[in-house]
Amino acid sequence: MLNRRRLLGGAAVAGLGTAAGAGAVAALAGHGSPVPTAVATPLDTGTATVAFHGPRQAGVSDDPPAHAAFVAFTLHPGTDRRALTRMLRLLSDDAARLTQGAPALGDTDATLAVLPARLTVTFGFGPGLYPAAGLEAPVADLPPFKIDRLDRRWSGGDLLLQICADDPLTVAHTQRMLIKDARPFAAVRWVQQGFRRSPGVQAPEHTQRNVLGQLDGTANPRGAAEIDPAVWNPDGSSTLVVRRIRAEIEKWDILSVADKENATGRRLVSGAPLSGTAERDEPNFTALDESGLPAMPDYSHVTRAHVTDPELKILRRPYNYDGMPNAAGQPDAGLIFAAYQRDIVRQFLPIQQRLAERDLLNEWITPIGSAVFAIPPGCAEGGWIGEQVLG
Amino acid sequence: MKNTLSMVVAAVGVVAALGLAGCGGSNEASGSGKPAGSAAGPSASAAALTMKDPWVKAAPAGEMTAAFGVLTNGTAADITVVSAESAASPMELHEMTMKDGQMVMQPKPGGFVIKAGGSHELSPGGDHLMLMKPAKAIEAGDEVAFTLKLADGTAVPFTAIAKPFAGAGESYAPDMKMPSAGMPMAPTTSSAP
Repeated sequence: MLNRRRLLGGAAVAGLGTAAGAGAVAALAGHGSPVPTAVATPLDTGTATVAFHGPRQAGVSDDPPAHAAFVAFTLHPGTDRRALTRMLRLLSDDAARLTQGAPALGDTDATLAVLPARLTVTFGFGPGLYPAAGLEAPVADLPPFKIDRLDRRWSGGDLLLQICADDPLTVAHTQRMLIKDARPFAAVRWVQQGFRRSPGVQAPEHTQRNVLGQLDGTANPRGAAEIDPAVWNPDGSSTLVVRRIRAEIEKWDILSVADKENATGRRLVSGAPLSGTAERDEPNFTALDESGLPAMPDYSHVTRAHVTDPELKILRRPYNYDGMPNAAGQPDAGLIFAAYQRDIVRQFLPIQQRLAERDLLNEWITPIGSAVFAIPPGCAEGGWIGEQVLG
Repeated sequence: MKNTLSMVVAAVGVVAALGLAGCGGSNEASGSGKPAGSAAGPSASAAALTMKDPWVKAAPAGEMTAAFGVLTNGTAADITVVSAESAASPMELHEMTMKDGQMVMQPKPGGFVIKAGGSHELSPGGDHLMLMKPAKAIEAGDEVAFTLKLADGTAVPFTAIAKPFAGAGESYAPDMKMPSAGMPMAPTTSSAP
């Protein structure tokens, strides 16, 4: 109780931002601590569009919109290469229309299609889709990690549709239309719905906070010069790892701010590495603190996850989730961790292995779902996603 | 008797579907004022009459279904569509009309007239191109070729993608017992007290 009080009074209030909302921000301001810059909501939030057609799929490099639904499917037994082609033609047509604010063909709720709010639909092909088409899969499930407590309910999938928009009703309608058209070919396997800050709440370039109050994504590649070599293959393809990470918030609550910062290796409020003063400061792993110990503990999340080679970085594009608390009031919250990279084995796996071995943060987070997908190239107008793979 | 009943079932099924979707179809409002991003451009070749956003409802072999889209007349004279043809099925031009307090579909006398410079929407709930008896199943994602015949003898070909459309009271998979979403189905009408 005392700890909790201290927390609420202290600078770590930022960590509770998600739960406490405006109250927390006001408290922060009152203490003169840095407040994320709020910008006026642009008037085109609802009508803004992201191009669907192009050599690369949308929904990867672009700034993540506020809401997402990750929808994974299991192909019906009879869904062969020909059926996959029919399915992907249909879904590509739907996505091409809906992302531009036009109803899908036969849209039973056409009025819900007119505000795309930067809607993107990104197609991912799971390891099971390829054999169904008589092809060899370019991606494979991750090996098990000792920290995993995977639930089938959140794992695997032959097809993924990542639906993102700055408005949850747009996401809901798009999800509905796409599922309807996928139904003759595949069953819904799981849906993970998540959120980030709403549009206009922070400047577009902000690093989002997760439900543990940590700035999440500071080390991401930024801009085409950094993103391209890490994320995109020359043919416009990529890969995606989706992991559902439950946050053990009740345990996290018990920690002191210093312990929380040691676990991540960053200051909670500023996001600065413990060896530096600003969020974007490069962590210095040889710097010592006043007691002569490494400022960046070897077991901290940032130390374990750190990558210097630009081609080995991963693009994290995570969304928070916050389900219904149980009767005892314990939250069901965490992160839909989505990472894009050219090659899962070369880029993602080494990081995940280092984290699984010795990341202190593992005490407060539990992977409960895991899935991998190849991201096929984009398509031109009149084309369909997957045509280079199945056509 | 059985045949009559199944015809009624099919017809009412379509009517029910139309009842719900009628307010939804891609009408003018949703098309106008939006970025011209609608994926499918006109697929008709005749300069005079174009078919935009065509689609056909997927259906098992032998089961009636319908094709939809928006016909636009780019000329200064009215154009009449007198018939439709497809290798997929015998076709009729249908309209929905109120008869004895019930919406029913029937062949449209004189065909579809598209006013000079105007457009005419074929949609669930309105005029449509009826596929009376598809020879083969029309599966979701199939592309089905059609030809419209105009009064002056012109042929307007177009290709429609098949959608697994399921409106109210209409089940996509007939063997799946789907609730009729509150829309009356034919069996209840056969013994109306």
